[in-house]
Amino acid sequence: MAATVALGEVPVVVAAPMSYWRTVRWRLARDRATLLAGGVLALIVLSALLAPWLAPYDPTAGSIRLRLAPVGAPGHVLGTDEQGRDMLSRLLWGGRMTLVAGLTPVLVAFVLGAGLGVLAGYLGGIANTLIMRTMDVFYAFPSVLLAIAISGALGPGLANTLLSLSIVFVPRVVRVAESATVQVKSLEYIAAARASGAGVRAIVRHHLLANVLGPILVFSSTQVSLSIILAAGLSFLGLGVTPPAAEWGLMLNTLRQSIYVNALVPALPGLAIFVTSMAFNLLSDGLRDAMEIRG
Amino acid sequence: MRAVDGVSFAVAPGETLGIVGESGCGKSTLARLLLRLIEPDAGGVTFDGEDVRAASASRMKRLRRDMQLVFQDPYASLNPRLTIEDTVGFSLLVHGTPRAEARERARALLGRVGLDPRLYGRRYAHELSGGQRQRVNIARALVLDPRLLVLDEPVSALDKSVQAQVLNLLQELKVERALTYVFISHDLNVIEYVSDRVLVMYLGEVVETGSAEALAQAPKHPYTQALFASAPSMDPDRRMDRLPIAGDPPNPIDPPSGCRFRTRCPFAMPRCAENPPPLVPVSATHEVACYLYEPAPAALA
Repeated sequence: MAATVALGEVPVVVAAPMSYWRTVRWRLARDRATLLAGGVLALIVLSALLAPWLAPYDPTAGSIRLRLAPVGAPGHVLGTDEQGRDMLSRLLWGGRMTLVAGLTPVLVAFVLGAGLGVLAGYLGGIANTLIMRTMDVFYAFPSVLLAIAISGALGPGLANTLLSLSIVFVPRVVRVAESATVQVKSLEYIAAARASGAGVRAIVRHHLLANVLGPILVFSSTQVSLSIILAAGLSFLGLGVTPPAAEWGLMLNTLRQSIYVNALVPALPGLAIFVTSMAFNLLSDGLRDAMEIRG
Repeated sequence: MRAVDGVSFAVAPGETLGIVGESGCGKSTLARLLLRLIEPDAGGVTFDGEDVRAASASRMKRLRRDMQLVFQDPYASLNPRLTIEDTVGFSLLVHGTPRAEARERARALLGRVGLDPRLYGRRYAHELSGGQRQRVNIARALVLDPRLLVLDEPVSALDKSVQAQVLNLLQELKVERALTYVFISHDLNVIEYVSDRVLVMYLGEVVETGSAEALAQAPKHPYTQALFASAPSMDPDRRMDRLPIAGDPPNPIDPPSGCRFRTRCPFAMPRCAENPPPLVPVSATHEVACYLYEPAPAALA
C-alpha cells in the first residue's frame, strides 16, 4: 500500500533549496576564467592600495643619468622612464589614480542611473519623457567626444575627469535601468502585488528593485573597463591627471616619444591598462552568467 | 481602442461564471477591469452594492482583500527573487499582519493547495513546475480570504493531466471557502466543466449568455455554435470535415459595423451590418445577441 503512494508524492532527493545568492556564489566558485580575472584584479587593487609601502622609489623623483634604463636594469626591475624615474614605483602609484578615475564614475553612474532609470520606468508618462529625453541629449554624442568636450571645458585635473566621465556613464545606466524597469513592471507579479493592495513603495522595494538591480549592476560592471580606458585617454591627451603625478594614461603619453629608444618600457603602462580592463570585462561576464536566473 | 465594450453582467455569490472567447477578445482586459487594475473609460463595477470605481485609496485597499486574481502565466506571475512562502505571505504583510504569523498562514495555505511547505516553502519559483507554480498563484490569491476570485485562464498553460488536478483543487477550494468564481478561458471543455453560467465574448462584446447546460446542449449564436464545433471531439464518428470558423477576428481598433461577428458569420444578412443586435432572451436562462433569434412580431396576423 505504502509503496504506491511514495513514488508519486515524495521527491527522491530532498536537497536543501539554495538561496539565490548562494547559487550565485556556487556558480562563481566553479567559473575558472572569472576566478582568474578576480584574482588578477585583487592583485592590482592590492598593489595600488599598498603602493606607498611597495614602491621602492619616490614616483616623482628622477635622475637624469638613469634615463630610459631597460627592463631588468640593476636597482630598477622595470626600468626607468624618460626622466629617469623608477617605472615600478610609477606603475604602482599610477594604478591608484587609474583605478580611482575608472571606478568612481561608474559608481556614481550606478547610483544616479539606477535611481533615475527606475523612476522614469516606473512612473512613465511625463516623468519618463523628461528624464529619458534629457539623457538622449547626452547620448547623442560619442562617449569619447563628450568626455573630451566636458573635460576640455572644465580644464585638467582629477576632479574634472571624474565629473566628465560620470556625465558620460549616467545616461547609459539610466537607459538600461529604464528598460529593465519597464519590462519588469509589465509582468504579472507586479499586477498581483497591486491586486493585493500594496502601495508603490512596497512594490518598488520588494518586487521591482530586486529584479532590476542585478541587470543594472552587471551592465555597470561592463562599463568599468571602458571608464578606465577613457580616464587613461583623457590624461594621455593632457586633460586628466596633471604631471608629474603618475597615471597610466599620462605615462603612455610622456613615454611614447621613447618607443624607438626602448620599446618595452613605454609599453608597460599600456599593458597595465589592457590587463586591468580585460580583468574587469571577464569578471562582469562571469557575474552576468552567475546571476542569470535559469528556469 | 475599445478592448471591452458594452459588457454587462452580474455574478451571484457562490456562483461560477464562465467567460469564454478567442484570444484577443478582451477577456484579460475584463479581468483587470473587474479588479480595478486598469481604469475603465466608462462603466462601473459594483461589489456587494458598493461602487468599486468610487472607492478611496484606503477603502480600495480593504476591498482588494475581498477580490483577488489568479493569473494566466505561471512563469511571469511569480517574483523570481522571492521564496514561494514569501510570495504568498507578501499580501498579508501589506495588510499589516505580523511577519511570523504571515509566514505561518502562508505555509498552511501552501499545504492546502498541495505543496508541502517543508519541501517547497523556501524554494524559488524557477525550481517549480508549471502546475506547482499555478498552485502558488492560487495560494497567493486565497491568502487574504477573498470572497470573489477572478481566474484568468488559470489552466491554459498547463498539461491536460495537470489541468484536471488544478481544476479539481479549485472546485474543492470553492466549496471549502464559499468562494464566487469568475472563470475566464478560451477552452470550452474547461468552461463547461466548472461553470454554472457562461458568457460568450466576441471582440469585446457579449454575444450569448446562459446556463452551462443550456449553452452546451443548444448553442444559439453562430459564433458559439462554431466554438462548440471546433472543440475536438472524443467521438471518432463525429469527425470534423470542414473548419467551423474561418479566418482571424477583425482588427479590434476598427471593428465591423453592426454585429461584430458578421464578417465571419455564415448566416450574415444585410441588416447585420446596420445595427448591433441586442441581447434577447430565448429561454428563462438563455440570452443571445443575434437577429436570427429575434422574437416574432407579436401582432403578425
